[in-house]
Amino acid sequence: MATTAGQLDGLTIESGHAHAEAQSFVRKYIFSTDHKIIGIQFLLMSLLFLLLGGVLAMVIRWQLGFPSQPMPGGGVLPETMAPGGVVLPEFYTSLVTMHGTFMVFFAIMPLLVGVFGNYLIPLKIGAPDMAFPRINMASFWIAVPAGFLMLAGFFVEGGHASAGWTSYAPLSARPDLTGVSMGQILWCVSLIVLGLSSILGSFNYITTIVNMRAPGMHWMRLPLSIWCLFVTAILVLLAMPILSGAIIMLLFDQTLGTHFFAPAQGGQPLLWQHLFWFFGHPEVYILILPGMGVASDIIANASRKPVFGYTSMVVAILGIGVLGWVVWGHHMFMSGMNPTLGTTFMISTMFIAVPSAIKVFNWLGTMWMGNIRFHVPMLHSIAFVSMFVIGGLSGVFMASTPVDIYIHDTYFIVAHLHYVLFGGSLFAIFAAITYWYPKMFGRLMNPFWGRVHFYLTLIFYNFVFFPMHNLGLKGHMRRIYDPNEYEFLKGLQGLNTFISISAFILFTVQLIFAANFIMSWYKGEKASANPWEDNGLEWTVPSPPPHGNFATIPHVYRGPYEYSSPLVTEDFLPQNRELPGDSSPAGHHS
Amino acid sequence: MAHAAALDHEDVMQPPRDCEPGAGVYNAKLGMWVFLGSEIMFFTALIGAYIILRVAHPSSFKAPGEVLAVSITAVNTFLLICSSVTMVKAFASVQDGNLAGLRKWLIATVIIGASFVGIQAYEYQQLIAKGFVPSEGLYGSTFYTMTGFHGFHVTVGVICLIFVTLRAFQGRYTAKDHRGVEVVGLYWHFVDLVWIILFTIVYLI
Repeated sequence: MATTAGQLDGLTIESGHAHAEAQSFVRKYIFSTDHKIIGIQFLLMSLLFLLLGGVLAMVIRWQLGFPSQPMPGGGVLPETMAPGGVVLPEFYTSLVTMHGTFMVFFAIMPLLVGVFGNYLIPLKIGAPDMAFPRINMASFWIAVPAGFLMLAGFFVEGGHASAGWTSYAPLSARPDLTGVSMGQILWCVSLIVLGLSSILGSFNYITTIVNMRAPGMHWMRLPLSIWCLFVTAILVLLAMPILSGAIIMLLFDQTLGTHFFAPAQGGQPLLWQHLFWFFGHPEVYILILPGMGVASDIIANASRKPVFGYTSMVVAILGIGVLGWVVWGHHMFMSGMNPTLGTTFMISTMFIAVPSAIKVFNWLGTMWMGNIRFHVPMLHSIAFVSMFVIGGLSGVFMASTPVDIYIHDTYFIVAHLHYVLFGGSLFAIFAAITYWYPKMFGRLMNPFWGRVHFYLTLIFYNFVFFPMHNLGLKGHMRRIYDPNEYEFLKGLQGLNTFISISAFILFTVQLIFAANFIMSWYKGEKASANPWEDNGLEWTVPSPPPHGNFATIPHVYRGPYEYSSPLVTEDFLPQNRELPGDSSPAGHHS
Repeated sequence: MAHAAALDHEDVMQPPRDCEPGAGVYNAKLGMWVFLGSEIMFFTALIGAYIILRVAHPSSFKAPGEVLAVSITAVNTFLLICSSVTMVKAFASVQDGNLAGLRKWLIATVIIGASFVGIQAYEYQQLIAKGFVPSEGLYGSTFYTMTGFHGFHVTVGVICLIFVTLRAFQGRYTAKDHRGVEVVGLYWHFVDLVWIILFTIVYLI
């Protein structure tokens, strides 16, 4: 071993010292190459950004619920944002822009891909770590400065980017239109840096899943969470560089005086929209697929039944991964794009509802007649499925061009996207955090406060977002500062105030989750290796798992959903448990 | 990290042992192939934008040779193709265990790659002196963005090659383990290929 270790290539392999117990604090918890620590680092970072995004949303809701009234505590904001606590219109447009940007790129995406991609992939496929641990570490430490760059925008002259999270050109490309110059540049640079982080993460995930599965872990024995993360990683890998390319052009338009999106010089504003949504629609599935995956795992576990239609689930995931590339134009029906092209996108968008529907019916089929354990992760998973159905159905409405012409850029869209991103992704994130928390930290989260948090969240979430459909149908515009400017929207103020009060309660309820998360870390009940009686390989090792994960590389004999199997007395059958008659998996021998 | 078991693996140029069969290549090679997929999408965005803008607004673009110096760039293109050949020679040498050959061909690749960047910088300087700047209409916008990012990739490639060359002088590569050489080579050939496409659509068509 000593002789070969000298020949190892620095690109892939850590030296044997990585296993030594005596690691310094910095090496173990800060610049760690352990995928579990990196996953937890991503978790803490993105929860902070989730909180920040939530605070921004509260300020937005204050302005809409109580237009142009001084905001409680708003006095701390500088004159350029909210003189006397009253939010300025310029600051309001920054708020909606940055709420979207932080939530999409710094909260939901890292929570799903960064956290659970990192934490679950090696554990669930039976690998000691990622294929490239140091690149994995770099991926996190590149995301951190990206976050700081994005935060810095609030403190520069001219305020933060305010062209919307989609940064449509030429609004975003010309400082004279918004009065924002440095803020928009920081927005661009931050997302280019973050894109690099995402790409480094995703090629690592793909390599790991393809090349490092434990013996016997066939593709059709992979947990659906891993299937979803695999397809998500492919989408990230191929979509993020498109965004980077588009943002580089935008940045050059702002700084070098190029004319990519300047119509007067022959540039094409529509080009930005095509590039943005060519990234942006796969991004939508990047934000929902991992949620679908973890929900599949949790629903099967809590129903004590195999996932209904595993193969069709895999086909549906792949179908979403492919169709997700050909639907981007449905964001652009009103952009002046050729209407014939619009029809094409309408049809492809209707098609993509099919694999999503397959998944929904399979989840229902999994729960059907199951002996369901309503633990907190399961409650969140059920909410995920129900809310995703609502968000998905309103998506089918909007896919139809004539309907979209009416509801385009109204609160109907806001309602839809929050049903998918909050009702879908965020409930799945709550499910996943509460489910894998004992594995991550060795302690269980408090189930009572978990339930309180769940029910209040579900209720007030619907109070906030369901009425937005109504606002939208009545013509309430999406990013408007004060709807009372328009006579026909004045009657909606009562509904807006109701939504805002519900939103404040919804935000407060999240503090229960935060308190539960922090308190359980110290005081939670100690978790056994397998508190949920799950079949996955991660539950066969101690909580939290040691560096290197598995004492010996596990052998896999079956799929991950063998619950209530007649072969054993327990109602679960771990993937690596060998029964008489199981053939030994043939590992790869070169 | 590859499996601890890989440490006493007989052949590190093969997929990790004790795993389900995967792509059939070792991790770093698979990782580079996957990463190059991402790079393809990046250049697709830039080249796609160029094609769309040029088709939509042909009058903003000049005929080949009118502004850009095709001859000097043709020489540069030839140089870059040569550097791919020297890279292949370096790889072939180390496969045969010819470490002196590896060092020689790697140095050649570094020198040719650096020359490409130097000549491109000279070309930029000449063009800017003529008044052809990035803000010069769509032509300047697309030209500098595409060739600039390609030049950036070549520069990164040269830096990686210097790193690999230094390791070659330390004797880190052998006939049994030369993953670094192969993986950098893949990237280098990719960058070369992108240039052939760029040269064709920017300078020749």
